[in-house]
This record gives sequence, structure tokens and C-alpha cells, in this order.
Amino acid sequence: MSENKNRFLPYLREDRLPHIFCPGCGNGAIINAFLAAMEKADMDFDNIAMVSGIGCSSRIPGYLKCDSLHTTHGRALSFATGLKTANKDLDVVVFTGDGDAASIGGNHLIHAARRNINLTVICINNNIYGMTGGQISPTSPKGSFATTAPYGNLDTPFKLAELVAAAGASYSARWTTVQMENLVLSIKAGLKNKGFSFIEVATQCPTYFGRKNKLKTPTAMAAVMKANTVFKSAADRMSARELEGKIVVGEFANTQKDEFTENLERISVEKSGKKTLINSAYSTEL
Amino acid sequence: MAEEFFIQGNEACAKGAIAAGCRFFAGYPITPSTEVAETLARELPKVGGSFVQMEDEIASAGAIIGGSWGGTKSMTATSGPGISLMQENIGYAFMTETPIVIVDVQRGSPSTAQPTMASQSDMMQARWGSHGDYEPIALSPSSVQEFFDFTIKAFNLAEEYRCPVLVMADEVIGHMREKIVVGDDIEVVARKRPEKTDDYLPFENIENGTTPMPAFGDGFNIHVTGLTHDERGYPDTNTPETHHNLVKRICDKVLNNKDKICSVRSENCEDADIIIVSYGAPVRSAVEAVNRARANNQKVGYVKIDTPWPFPDEQLKEITKNASDVLVVEMNLGQMYYEVDRVLGKDVNVHLMGVIGGLLPTPDEILDEINKIGGN
Repeated sequence: MSENKNRFLPYLREDRLPHIFCPGCGNGAIINAFLAAMEKADMDFDNIAMVSGIGCSSRIPGYLKCDSLHTTHGRALSFATGLKTANKDLDVVVFTGDGDAASIGGNHLIHAARRNINLTVICINNNIYGMTGGQISPTSPKGSFATTAPYGNLDTPFKLAELVAAAGASYSARWTTVQMENLVLSIKAGLKNKGFSFIEVATQCPTYFGRKNKLKTPTAMAAVMKANTVFKSAADRMSARELEGKIVVGEFANTQKDEFTENLERISVEKSGKKTLINSAYSTEL
Repeated sequence: MAEEFFIQGNEACAKGAIAAGCRFFAGYPITPSTEVAETLARELPKVGGSFVQMEDEIASAGAIIGGSWGGTKSMTATSGPGISLMQENIGYAFMTETPIVIVDVQRGSPSTAQPTMASQSDMMQARWGSHGDYEPIALSPSSVQEFFDFTIKAFNLAEEYRCPVLVMADEVIGHMREKIVVGDDIEVVARKRPEKTDDYLPFENIENGTTPMPAFGDGFNIHVTGLTHDERGYPDTNTPETHHNLVKRICDKVLNNKDKICSVRSENCEDADIIIVSYGAPVRSAVEAVNRARANNQKVGYVKIDTPWPFPDEQLKEITKNASDVLVVEMNLGQMYYEVDRVLGKDVNVHLMGVIGGLLPTPDEILDEINKIGGN
């Protein structure tokens, strides 16, 4: 059997398997993409610390064999801000979802982007609340159905990658689980970017979104996602009407900007003559 | 060499935090606590620390928990509306056994109420504010010196018991200016690193209840979650024993050490018929009321509770055992009063002098209450 083992298994907490994700869920493919990107980016896995909030996607760090902080609903980015500020040498990765990041955590999302703090955020957008059983989310398409939108969603969904780019992030992109190669390259770019990096992944939730919206199989959902995907370069030449119901993929920000913890360290060096202290809690000689 | 300063309570708190080893502060502006943040924004970079003004108090509480797991002693400061917003993350810190210090400079409440006036109306929120069973440690300073000292003590207790510690100050103490003495022999408790062994369990159910805490990046690869977790830190939300053992251990590590944590001071209580029980700013008036009563040959004493939580049942019983009446003086409509009544109500008459409106009760007002009790 051993030769058939998944090559990413050493990164997983095998003693926590099997995982809780439903059959057909996109989370597995996204974990795969993350680990591939992490290797491509030559990251030291032992130096990665993960933070997440509450929801299906936020359970991912619990299966990875690294330090991981599974926090309160919506607040992962505030915990991550503290963690990264306390130890800027750590590579801090945040896994979040559409409800976690954009609804209850919306304020933290735009402020973390505004600070351009060096975090890599992977936002798994399945357009629905999965963990609680299929309620409408801030990215659910207008007119889509959920247990709390039995007559169709009345609200206009957030465009997260665009929102985060507008809020000041130095890297922001959107892909779907259908474009794995692009997704891997984008996560790699996000990991290497010294600043706030946001990678939105549109994904399928056959169990809830699919069931409520007449897309019963993962493959049916993937086919619809693929058919509705428009690359940003093409979308830039399309009208708002033509873009209705489309998923625009590509990069929405990719720039160099001052990074938050670098700035804090600069002030520390100016005022104290030394870099920001790391692991100072363990010392009485400060 | 000890140094002397004439400073504001909130500044003394910030100074105490730095002396205790705090190198990360995350907060949000709110009267009457803002000077704590302002002072630390200025001073932390001078000692290799970091200050972040977060987008709200929820984020502030989250950030200091993250900072603590990052290996840095971390603190926030706020007042009533802010402490309300922080409650969910404070509960998370209890469940994940994260040492943090939360300073609450209490103001008139509920809601926005009286931003620049004093109260002690968050005492029960400090006890029960987050959902669930937990045992908080809270300290109440009665002077600028104590605001400095208790902030240091709060950090030490947080490290010793791996839990959040609240410093429940009030607007009077936060904004008044007094002389403080900063000694050169301040005791600071450093965090203990666990040893790297094959059978290391980050949330081990050990005898004294408190396991050493690694920092993220130390190579322990630990999983920290607010879900009910086993000794490895892995979620186990459906096993009754796992939940029972975890929550009991988190509570017991404080309850079983009450004799070490609780601090109560008293004067003139041995022969007193009437004993004033108070904490925080009103203690100042209680002390003067007792002096005046004694000058008038009235047998009155006072108890000052330094640590409202965990509540010092045993000490209070012992000190008041000869008294007939106890008068609880506090700046709310009765919060710690109910605790005092729970502990002493069977043996003595417990009275409440609950003052709201924002002004510190005066010694004469307390004496009036004493005389009313004495006249009955």
C-alpha cells in the first residue's frame, strides 16, 4: 500500500483522518493545491502557522501538521494579525470561507487588507453556509436558493477578490476548483508576496448549494462553474450585463506596497535600536 | 534604585505592563481607558514591542490571543462597551488556556451611558460575561500605585495559570494622578516552555492543571481550538467525558489555588461591630470613613478586596466572624453585594450601599449609612 500513499501525506495529521468533509467537497482539492504551491514556493512547512475561523474551510488547518489556531467565527484575521505581529518570522496562512471572511468577519477582512499585513489568506467561497446546514451567504448569487432563502436570495453578492483589492491588499486573485494550475500558481504568488495576499477559490458544495439549486453532483457543479468562468482579461472588455452570473477569474491586485510588520520593526529599530522582540514571554531579562 | 513618578492611573497601568514584560498591545480607543493605549503606542517601540490600533474591540481581543500564541505577553485595555464586544474571544482564551491581560477602566453603564464618569458596573460581566463555565481571575486597584502593581500581578497570574486575567479599574483610578514608587526588585513570571518529548500533550490533564505553553514556531505543531478538545488539542465535541474533564480542569486550576490567588486586606476588624466591604476606588472613602468612626469611638472596620474573582469566601468569613453587620460599598446597584451575601448572609446582616451616577461615595455618605445600621 505504501507506494500508493499520497505524496502530501507527511504534511497531514494522519491521526485525525478521516476528515469531516462531504463527498464532492472542494476542500480536499484546495488542500492539495495549497501543499503543491507551498512546495513550489520553496516554503519551510515547519515555519508555517495557520489560523482559521469557523466553518467547513476553517477546519482545514486542523488536518495539517503545523501550528494551527482554530479561532472564533469571523475573527481569524484579527488573531492572525496578533500572531504575525508577535512573530514576524512566521509564515502565517489563513483559511477562511465566504461566511467567515465576508459576513461576520467583513470588517477584519478590509482592515487586514488596508494594513497590507503579510498574511496569505485562502478564502474558500462555496456561496453557502455549509457547517450549519445550507443558509444563504454574502456571496450567494442573487436568486439562488438556501434554507434561509426559500424564495430565492434577494441580496447582491459581494465580489470578494475585487473588494479586497480595493481595500488595499497587495495581492488579490480569484480562481475556481476547475482551474487547479492557476490556483496553485496564485497561492504560490500569495505565499511569496510580502504583504496581504488574498486568494478566493470558488468551489462546489454539492451537499447544500447543489442540492438547493438543482446541481446535484459535484461534476454538474464543476461543469456549470467552468461554463460560467470568464478570464479577467476578457471580462475587462465585457459589459455589466454580459458579466451577470459569470465568475471572473484572474489577478485583481499584484503590486508592491509597504508591509505592516516591516513598518513596526522599522519603528522598533528607530526607537529602541533593536528589532521587534520575538518569544519575549519566555524571558525575564528584557 | 527605586524611582518615583507622579502620574495618571492609566499611565501607571501602561508602565506596569512594560515592567511585567508585555511587548504587544492591541486596542481600540475608548474613554476612560484610552491613555493606556496612547502611552503604550509611544512606549512599546522603545522596548522592542509592538502596538496595533485594531478596527474594533473584538479584533483587539483576538489579536492579543494571537500575540500570546506568538510568544509575546499581550494586553488590551477598554471600558464597558468594549468589554461587552470582547466577551466571545475572552471565552475562547479561557477554553484555549491563553494567557492575556484585559484592563477594564469602568465607566457609567449600561450602554454608552457615562464615558467620563466612574462605576464598577462590569464586575459580574468579568465573572460571567462570556458563555459557559469558567473561573476568571480579576484584580481591582484602589490607587495609582496599585494600578501599576496589579497590572504586573495580572501578567504573572496569567502566566502562572495560563488564563486571561482582568484588571477591573474604574474611571477614578484611571484618571487620578498620584505618586508611585517603582522598585528595582519587581517580580516577573516568565512563560515556561514545555520539553520536547515523544509523549508531549499540549493540554495534558496534569495534577496542578496548568501545562507549559509552547509558542507557535517552536516546532510542537500544536492545534489550538475553542472546540472541546482532548489532551492532544484535537476536537472531540461529542464525548461527554472529554468536555467534563477539560472544563473541570480549566476551572479547578484556579479554584484549587484560591489560597494563593485571593488577596484581601483589612483594618480595625477584630473588634468591629460593623465592617465595610469594598474594592477599587470606593476603598479610599471606606478607609477615611473608618478613621472618622474610630475617632468617634464607633467600632467600625473595613475589608478591601484586591481580587474580586475568584471570590475570597474563606478570608471574608474569617475577618468578619465577630461582626454583626457588613456594609458593601460599591459603584453599581449591587453586584459583589450578592457574593458577600452568599458567603456571609447566614451569619451577619449584609447591607448594600450601591452608588451610581459616576461620583465616588464620600466618607461622610458612608458614615451616614453606618449610622443608619447602628441605629437599627
